[in-house]
Amino acid sequence: MNGVHDMGGMHGHGPVAPEDEKHEPLWHAPWEARMLGITRSMTYPKGFNIDRFRHIRELMPPHLYLARSYYDHWYAVCVAALLNGGLATKEEIKSGHAAAGSAKRNDAARADQVWTSQKTQGIFTREVATPPQFATGQRVRARNINPTGHTRLPRYVRGKVGVVQIHHGGHVFPDTNAHVQGEAPQHLYTVAFSMRELWGADASARDETCVDLWESYLEPA
Amino acid sequence: MTASLSDHPHHHDHARDHAHSDVPSDPAVRTKALESLLTEKGLVDPAAIDAWVDAYERKIGPRRGAQIVARAWVDAAFKAQLLQDATRAIEPFGFLGREAQHLVVLENTAAIHNLVVCTLCSCYPWGLLGLPPRWYKAAPYRARSVIDPRGVLAEFGLALGDEVEVRVWDSTAEIRYLVLPERPAGTDDLSEPALAELVTRDAMIGVAKVEAPKGKRA
Repeated sequence: MNGVHDMGGMHGHGPVAPEDEKHEPLWHAPWEARMLGITRSMTYPKGFNIDRFRHIRELMPPHLYLARSYYDHWYAVCVAALLNGGLATKEEIKSGHAAAGSAKRNDAARADQVWTSQKTQGIFTREVATPPQFATGQRVRARNINPTGHTRLPRYVRGKVGVVQIHHGGHVFPDTNAHVQGEAPQHLYTVAFSMRELWGADASARDETCVDLWESYLEPA
Repeated sequence: MTASLSDHPHHHDHARDHAHSDVPSDPAVRTKALESLLTEKGLVDPAAIDAWVDAYERKIGPRRGAQIVARAWVDAAFKAQLLQDATRAIEPFGFLGREAQHLVVLENTAAIHNLVVCTLCSCYPWGLLGLPPRWYKAAPYRARSVIDPRGVLAEFGLALGDEVEVRVWDSTAEIRYLVLPERPAGTDDLSEPALAELVTRDAMIGVAKVEAPKGKRA
């Protein structure tokens, strides 16, 4: 979707505000740590996945997306996931208490499972039966498409020509996985675009931006 | 790719109208309410929350990435493997995990400077660098790194000459990028652990260079 989250190339957000890493706190408020722990360990609806998480975050109204902080986005996603999956009601979220007589589950992730989860989660490589359509060094064009669902094809590369730098093999396809329509793995490539191709004649002639793109985002150029 | 919109009505009901607005305005209050509710319903174990916080506070942080960089600086064979297949090279360190299962390491040289960003969300090599800094997740960095990387680097106090090529890496997939900074001059006599202490998180994102210890600067 062409949402506010797709920020590459936008002006008007002001300067970056670096913090000295020697003095930067791990958390900027104690609730951030709790929210991280909740997000990592809570029970999600069946079929939930990282791509769905990202898509729900993108569905935040633009003014709230821009106004709320990072871990507060996570709060919004977790709540939406609970409501969508029927694991909690609006009244429960608001009050912070379970409705009278509601069932209590006993299958929440335990502390002794955290390290296994950390080590084993997040592997997205998959076998793809078809051979890769593109080769390293080949010129490709990012397709000019505007899906209304989840996509990882940023607007700023659509219609632009680049060169394949790396072929990563098969990876889970976010555009289907986010909608719980299957992993539908595709070949994944890193494509390098010159700054002049992306931003015009005033851009640096020397610099480039590399973007990871799935095969169906690309066409020969 | 035209994804089905069959699940949109639900999102419209909950993600837009309720979940993102009709809750206590203070994030500390609503997060506490959420933890209480999930605990009551058996949807979260507070001890597991504690364990995740502990993991990121004490175990998973930028010292991991720094160990990899220092090893690459002293071991040419490891460095070659790291640049060829970072996932396999890093495996023996025991650092592979969430947000660090599929890795590519980018070598900064006198001629090429690499910079990592995620314009679409805030993807970051958590397993190697720990919690991402706030600026990395904020709009200015996400918006401008791909259109004006030299301007962004200048805001970090890093000015690069026109002869240097800047390569920006937008983390749009599950590949996680780590920058291998240049080893500073005057560090030939330092041990691998001493070198690791010099390596900063910012240098492994690509917004800084590693500096030699005081008294050793050329």
